Amino acid sequence: MIAYLIRRILYAIPILIGVNLLTFALFFVVNTPDDMARMQLGIKRVTPEAIDRWKQQRGYDKPLFVNTAADSAGTFTDTIFWQKSASMFVFDFGYSDDGRSISREIATRMGPSLAIALPTFLIGLVVYVSFALLMTLFRATALDMAGVALCVLLMSISGLFYIIGGQFLVSKLWHLVPISGYAGGADSFKFVVLPILIGVVGGVGSSSRWYRTIFLEEIGKDYVRTARAKGLSELRVLFTHVLKNAMIPILTGVVVVIPLLFMGSLLTESFFGIPGLGSYTIDAINAQDFSVVRAMVFLGSVLYIAGLILTDISYTVVDPRVRLQ
Amino acid sequence: MTFIPVILWSDALVFLLISAIIAATVYVRKRPHLRLPWQRVARSSVAMVSMLVLSCFLIIGLLDTLHYRVALPQAGSGEKVYSPEVLSVFDHLVGPLRTHTEKTYSAPFALHLYAKESMTDAQGNVVRDYPRLQYGGAHLADVSQRAADVVQRAVAGLLAGALVGLLLAWSLRHHLKQRAVQVTMVALAAFIGALASLAVVYHVLGTDKVGQDVLYLSLKSIRTGLIIGTLTTLVTLPLALFLGVAAGYFRGWVDDVIQYVYTVLSSIPSVLLIAAAVLIMQVTIDTHPEWFETSAARADLRLVALCLILGLTSWTGLCRLLRGETLKLREMEYIQAAQAFGVSSMRILSRHIMPNVMHIILIALVMDFSALVLAEAVLSYVGVGVDPSMISFGTMINGARLEMGREPVVWWALASAFVFMLVLVLAANLLADAVRDAFDPRLNRTEGGA
Repeated sequence: MIAYLIRRILYAIPILIGVNLLTFALFFVVNTPDDMARMQLGIKRVTPEAIDRWKQQRGYDKPLFVNTAADSAGTFTDTIFWQKSASMFVFDFGYSDDGRSISREIATRMGPSLAIALPTFLIGLVVYVSFALLMTLFRATALDMAGVALCVLLMSISGLFYIIGGQFLVSKLWHLVPISGYAGGADSFKFVVLPILIGVVGGVGSSSRWYRTIFLEEIGKDYVRTARAKGLSELRVLFTHVLKNAMIPILTGVVVVIPLLFMGSLLTESFFGIPGLGSYTIDAINAQDFSVVRAMVFLGSVLYIAGLILTDISYTVVDPRVRLQ
Repeated sequence: MTFIPVILWSDALVFLLISAIIAATVYVRKRPHLRLPWQRVARSSVAMVSMLVLSCFLIIGLLDTLHYRVALPQAGSGEKVYSPEVLSVFDHLVGPLRTHTEKTYSAPFALHLYAKESMTDAQGNVVRDYPRLQYGGAHLADVSQRAADVVQRAVAGLLAGALVGLLLAWSLRHHLKQRAVQVTMVALAAFIGALASLAVVYHVLGTDKVGQDVLYLSLKSIRTGLIIGTLTTLVTLPLALFLGVAAGYFRGWVDDVIQYVYTVLSSIPSVLLIAAAVLIMQVTIDTHPEWFETSAARADLRLVALCLILGLTSWTGLCRLLRGETLKLREMEYIQAAQAFGVSSMRILSRHIMPNVMHIILIALVMDFSALVLAEAVLSYVGVGVDPSMISFGTMINGARLEMGREPVVWWALASAFVFMLVLVLAANLLADAVRDAFDPRLNRTEGGA
């Protein structure tokens, strides 16, 4: 188990290097350091000296990948790619274009992101699984049909509609909670309740239907027939046998997103003015602040890989047949 | 009036797609075992009803794909000059919708503008009031006649449409046997008839900020949505198919490399990857204005590039599925028998493996379609979607989003975009379900010798 984990973590390193190489290539193909300097300094008074000074300050005055001027080891280390990527592996993301520390920014913004994403995830999971179990219990009846129809309808509605419609109805017409904004502490409740509600409602369609499919697949298996033959009640079969065995396919999809909860949701946060990582990312995309975007890409990849490893571990927890080696 | 046909990049790809579909249809029709799942689809009335609705969207999208440019009236005897505006057959058919633009917002069926203006009344005094619309209900002499006129036109259109629908359903009665399908056909035709008879003289769904008819915008958005939903899969498909099957079949270092590539790609948050790629494309397009004859050509290339980017960033899921399925298939007896007989790998892949993963591909494609239509709106909101000059659901929503704060609320543009999108995506989802049910080999069936 430990050896397996170490191997998985080592395997993550080439992937992260690949991610870095890809984002680096993507961003620096679009904007050479000269373009970035010109954009940051404004169009008006840009002298070549000013650009050089800006590049020097930010460490962009080096070659991109290969430094032919430096000596042996410096050929690769004394380049923008090395300097900007190597520090990421120790989670030092440097500074954004407006001169703030990205690492500190991430640390302070993680809280609000989690305040929305974690409850949405947990409440969502409970609601979706219960709804799916309910549909499975009443399978092949009118109730089940109506449930599936509702799911298909809900998943056909654009996520933007849930947000815009929810804001309009709850905040503008009923004046129950503020339209957008965020406050720390106990005040935060009235700001996060609507985004959470909308997040849960927005996911009902696709998730419940998916879980229902999983449950229905399990319910056709032999061990379920055996359990019924033993005289167990349908509820007991559903909760103790089917739910347990359905955990494996459910976990595949669910555990992998847990670490990504830290990243927040782009749409929700920008619509509700939540100062989390999602809105940070979207602002960075709009301002073309590549240091921030690259940091977020790196963070996202690390969390995704962490999610994959967690998924593997969770298999061993729910399925004793699985052994990691 | 002379014109010159224009084939934009997306048009060419759509024609390619249509010819591929026709070829596939001819191929499938000849083979009973391939026809069987489609016959199951055809027996489901939900699938047929959604197919009917989808085909209405498709017809609009296809008419909107036949582009042309009109020749400008000539001043001298010089060579012919064509208008820089690229129109489509659809634009021509709904002429009044396109040309009847007001000054700014007006509500559905409104006779007056949304904003007050200074006007001179009969006595020569300047008053501030809501001016009458230039086109919306302009034929009415008196404002109070509106309700009666709307009802009269709606009923007339409804009856005419229903008549056409009945004729259509009757002439197709041997092919479309289900009652639900026939009823839907009549209802749809009646609805379209009523809409058409009203849309000629009213702005049925109101007008947007610059006075364009919202119904026209919604109908034009259909093509953009359809193109994103279909062309993207055109990019995804070969990548996912070849890489997924190769990884699963060859294992070893091929598998390692392909797995590495798709893990790297899928570990980057997709919105960020798309944003980065779209930014590059935007810079490239902006620095090469000489590539494009018209602004429509530029917007169109951007759309095609967006499909390409979406495809390149979203093939990983399907690839993983195909790899898993191939891993399973390669252990089957018939594959091992083929290997023992010395059949070449290429032949095993093309004759034995690919036909057996086709159902996964088809299911993934129809399921992806609706997700892509919905994704377009989100991407346009983030600012990395289609060209702002291109009419799409995303740009409609983006443009109207801030108007919810106005008093009175300007809701019609948003509502229309969402409703059109809902109908399109719902029909696609229902059809996708039916296709999945019909093609999924895990569902045991006994009919038809299957």
